[in-house]
Amino acid sequence: MKRIFSVLVENRSGVLSKVSGLFARRSFNIESLAVGETNDPEVSCMTIVSSGSKQTMEQIEKQLNKKLDVIKIKSFENWQSVTRELILIKLRYNKSNREEILSICTLANAEVVDAGKRTMMIQMCDTPEKVQMLLDLLAGISIVEVARTGTLALQRCVDTEK
Amino acid sequence: MNGADAVAKSLELQGVTTVYGYPGVAICPVYDSLINTNIHAVLVRSEANAAHAASGEARISGKPGVCICTSGPGATNLITGIATAYMDSIPLVCITGQVNSDLIGGDVFQEADITGAAESFVKYSYLVRKASDIPRIFKEAFYIASTGRRGPVLIDIPFDIQMQEVRKFEWPEEVNLRTYKPTYYGNPMQIRKVVTALENCERPILYTGGGVHLCQARELVRQFSEKYNIPVVSTMMGIGTMPSLHPLYMGMAGNNGNLAANRAIHDADTVILVGARIADRAVSQPQKMMANKTLVHIDVDPAEIGKNAKCDLPIVGDAKAIFEEMLKQEIQMPDFSAWITELQSCRQRKSRQVVPEKFTDPAYFVNELSTHMQEDAVYVADVGQNQIWSCANIVMQNGRFLTSGGMGTMGYALPAAIGAKMADPKREVVSVSGDGGFQMAMMELATSNQEGLELKHVVLNNESLGMVREAQRFSFGGRYTMVDLKGGPDYEQLAKAYRMKYMKIETNADVETVVPKFLKTRGSVLLEVLVDEDGIVRKGGAVK
Repeated sequence: MKRIFSVLVENRSGVLSKVSGLFARRSFNIESLAVGETNDPEVSCMTIVSSGSKQTMEQIEKQLNKKLDVIKIKSFENWQSVTRELILIKLRYNKSNREEILSICTLANAEVVDAGKRTMMIQMCDTPEKVQMLLDLLAGISIVEVARTGTLALQRCVDTEK
Repeated sequence: MNGADAVAKSLELQGVTTVYGYPGVAICPVYDSLINTNIHAVLVRSEANAAHAASGEARISGKPGVCICTSGPGATNLITGIATAYMDSIPLVCITGQVNSDLIGGDVFQEADITGAAESFVKYSYLVRKASDIPRIFKEAFYIASTGRRGPVLIDIPFDIQMQEVRKFEWPEEVNLRTYKPTYYGNPMQIRKVVTALENCERPILYTGGGVHLCQARELVRQFSEKYNIPVVSTMMGIGTMPSLHPLYMGMAGNNGNLAANRAIHDADTVILVGARIADRAVSQPQKMMANKTLVHIDVDPAEIGKNAKCDLPIVGDAKAIFEEMLKQEIQMPDFSAWITELQSCRQRKSRQVVPEKFTDPAYFVNELSTHMQEDAVYVADVGQNQIWSCANIVMQNGRFLTSGGMGTMGYALPAAIGAKMADPKREVVSVSGDGGFQMAMMELATSNQEGLELKHVVLNNESLGMVREAQRFSFGGRYTMVDLKGGPDYEQLAKAYRMKYMKIETNADVETVVPKFLKTRGSVLLEVLVDEDGIVRKGGAVK
């Protein structure tokens, strides 16, 4: 099973390494990791997507809870949350495929953010599945570079109103 | 007042009387400040042993042990000791010196990223950035080490921070950590559920681990067992929960445990696990073992509950608090006498012992030694065959059995015995090692001398690494390699070199006369016991 952990941690040096070290040390899987400051500058939020058995998912939460730099953990499944990834793709293009690329962008709701004579950069912000779809659609195009964030996720509003 | 003075003052305020360590330039300010206090600093001969000695002290005093070492190699040497304490949940506060703050990361002389290197073996670690933080950090460190699931806390202090001026020493009244609130009291609803489970069971068993000693719950567990006639088995770390010959005690369970204990767990319908983590050596196939029975798991660390076996009734909290509560409950306990009789008959079945002619039978020796020891003595076992022989044959009353259970660190016994003796100088302390483990720690005989300690050390000498040899014999077709210790020292000369008395047991015939003499002789004594390198640890405990 896949599970998303939204982990609030003390915004201090070394905390990221402690958390990622815990995953490595106990052979927990990290599918994606995104870290950023929250509205409180003393607190960072780590969004970690992991997969494994139910028991492993339970252990991840319990072991994370033991770390003294971890303030709070929420864990949820994909359907219980809104997820987003941001991707930047630099493509090589020519006259013959330019229209095709632009139509893929329209289809996927991606946007051209920069362009040169031979390369252009497109951006997309959507669910991890949609981002993957865009990459699949661009399979025949020559991709120069890709930068992609980890998954960001927050629990859906109905579920969080406890 | 500088940072180092603040360290010394914090240690005093924390009630520390002894620290163990090894200096280097990077920690000199702290040791210099300690001169002006009543804190006694014990100079060990190798850093890992500072942590082992602090561990031995902590396990007897119940308070965190403290060790102080220098940066770089001093700190990395300490890691094995920290990891050993971590695996057995022993409270330690480990202080290391560090290079100047502005040089950190520059790979300068004797620099090591110790907080990074030790991360997976510590409960928490600090790299001190400001000297004024020292009082708060120390207050927190002692609190973290000694509450919840106990464990080592590391404080790394750069040299310049030790020298930095502290204008105002502010000792916090209490610790307030928003991320650390260990559960102490058990949930009353869960406790009621356990009571109901007990009222409706036929064959209950209390399975106790090291946690019982760590939170000083031993007397309460004994009371509970006796009040309701519930038999007890223990893990290696739990040995001593009950007197060895108590009619309700069935012995140590697990791979190296005895038949009655393993049968008790196997046949029980309700297992109450207290302060034990279902480690692989204690329960080799937890899912299978715990199937078809109600597993009640009492542990202060919620991560241990359900980690290795499915738990039916979890209670998170301190075993002492929980048993205090359990003893207050009104329980209509069924009569378990048939179940107890069944286990007792199993307990009395003794396996036939072959008495070796040429060597000493370690089982007989351990039995005799522990029987002659004082009622509250501390028996420190090392790691290897000697440890298993000790566990299986020790006869205890109200003493303590200390060993490195989780990590299995060879060389633990001698320094831990030093720490135990420092914690309670009136108590009889005996270390029992094999010749392998002893040689990893024998430099600490000098430490013991220097402190004027009266310690008794046993070396079970088979001129071989017995446990590995046994594994090679049974699992590698008898292809022995890397197990010969024939170059070992002449122990009589060694004892002389360290100005200790020496005694020797060659065969079983010597045991009866030498053991009492060994224990009664004033001063430190080294006892060499010759055992057979072909001796094997008794594997009589498997339930078929």
